[in-house]
Amino acid sequence: MKKNQILEKVIHGIFLFLGLITVDCVLMITVYLVISGIPAIFEIGPVDFLFGKEWASTAAEPKYGILPFILTSIYGTAGAIVIGVPIGFMTAIYLSKLASPKVKSAMQSAVSLLAGIPSVVYGLVGMLVLVPGIRKIFNVPDGASLLAAVIVLAIMILPSIIKMSITALDAVPKEYEDASLALGATPIETYFKVSVPAAKSGIAAAVVLGVGRAIGEAMAVMMVAGNVPNMPDSLFQSVRFLTTAVSSEMAYSSGLQQQALFSIALVLFLFIMLINAILNFFLKREKE
Amino acid sequence: MLNRSLSKKRKSFEVLMKILMLLSVGLTASLVLFLLVYVLVQGIPNITWELLSTKPSYLTEKIGILPDILNTVYIVIATLFLVLPLGVGAAIYLTEYASNKKMVGIIEYAAETLSGIPSIIYGLVGMLLFSNNMGTCLMAGALTLVIMNLPTIMRTTQESLKTVPQSYREGAFGLGAGKWRVVRTVVLPGCVDGVITGCILSVGRILGESAALLFTAGFAHALNGIIDGLAAPGATLTVALYVYAKEQGEFGVAFAIAAILMVLTVLINFVATLVQKYFAKRRSL
Repeated sequence: MKKNQILEKVIHGIFLFLGLITVDCVLMITVYLVISGIPAIFEIGPVDFLFGKEWASTAAEPKYGILPFILTSIYGTAGAIVIGVPIGFMTAIYLSKLASPKVKSAMQSAVSLLAGIPSVVYGLVGMLVLVPGIRKIFNVPDGASLLAAVIVLAIMILPSIIKMSITALDAVPKEYEDASLALGATPIETYFKVSVPAAKSGIAAAVVLGVGRAIGEAMAVMMVAGNVPNMPDSLFQSVRFLTTAVSSEMAYSSGLQQQALFSIALVLFLFIMLINAILNFFLKREKE
Repeated sequence: MLNRSLSKKRKSFEVLMKILMLLSVGLTASLVLFLLVYVLVQGIPNITWELLSTKPSYLTEKIGILPDILNTVYIVIATLFLVLPLGVGAAIYLTEYASNKKMVGIIEYAAETLSGIPSIIYGLVGMLLFSNNMGTCLMAGALTLVIMNLPTIMRTTQESLKTVPQSYREGAFGLGAGKWRVVRTVVLPGCVDGVITGCILSVGRILGESAALLFTAGFAHALNGIIDGLAAPGATLTVALYVYAKEQGEFGVAFAIAAILMVLTVLINFVATLVQKYFAKRRSL
């Protein structure tokens, strides 16, 4: 009997350890990023680092200003949301409310496929279809630009937005819609003016999830955005995102340059943590 | 029938929304179709037996992707092997052992945070944590992927554990079984479907991952067995695609890999749906 109790205690301990492993991982990631990201920020100066407009890490007199990356990431994400959210939102309403079960399930598989395509494949297609397309249509010297990245990101966030919005819309109680229909509203009026407001927390969460996806995407953007650390003054400028700033120089960096890359990752991480907190807020409200 | 007495304003809203919805659905559908067809058409003609069965040779200047295929297989095996006990254990703790609600909340929030962290950050942390200590190698990549896939396995297992009826557990306890025995004989068999679903989802995620592997697993194309392979740097298919397309301009090879990845993605999605349907059916019986 005693032996059994000890065994139970030990096993409880093992499971407790396993249960806490996600917490450990989050803590570890945070601590590592902070420890490796903070020194360079202070060496460069927080203001010069965050608001410096010039990034020239390999110059004789290196400059480490990441404002171009921050703005590019914000603009790129905003652009992707502006294009992706309306399309995803409309698709979700149609699939959730109007589509026949067959169409719905076929489209849901298609959307899952879209979500499963590796980002390098998006990058490859973007490189060979989108970039030359932009060059020809807008008659610019190089199509690898902020616009190309925005379009690729808009496509890549579509599945998250569609899937999550469908879940939210499907969960709207049928009585709400019935009541609206009984009062004389048409089905479409009902969906847009009753179902959508009822599902608004879930849809907001879908948008925030999309923001997180877009701001964190690296490889596809790396292949289509041109990767020059310009300020994002125009849609046709070759630009570098926070994510691509980290990945494009990591392979050959050292010293302060490498530390600055870790600082960029820390900034990106802070953005993501903020987005996660917002996402959690909406998800909690959706549950209630 | 519905249009009989609608005002002009209401009618135009109706028509406009209908058009916008159909346009959006059409756009999404044609996008998927275009991507699928374009990648397959560009890629399949470039897939030759020679490409699939050899390694790149500088002498003959030919590219083979066999090492990349094997590396992908190795990294999938290593990651699943490590992540399964961790993820399943964490899920069992949450559903069977944890009694403190606050603790459960913290663990679940941590899991959600993990699934929201972009892969490039995993790559960076993996580099600091693993590659700087054990060298750039597939194993360092696999360990990084373990952290990334932990929330997935945890969530799917947790979901399937919730479907194990409480009465089973109570019955076992009533017969005098200890907690561990109940977990081992009643709970664990009940989470098989969640584990399988989690594995499929994870395989999909590992296949598509590149940013987290670039700096942890490296991009060599050496032909190795699984043990040597895990200890040596190596590119998976996605990383190889990136290197061939972006750095070397070998678009034919890149598209061949893209087509293979596309087919695998379709296959994994198909299997995932099938498995989920199968388990849902079995549960309802």
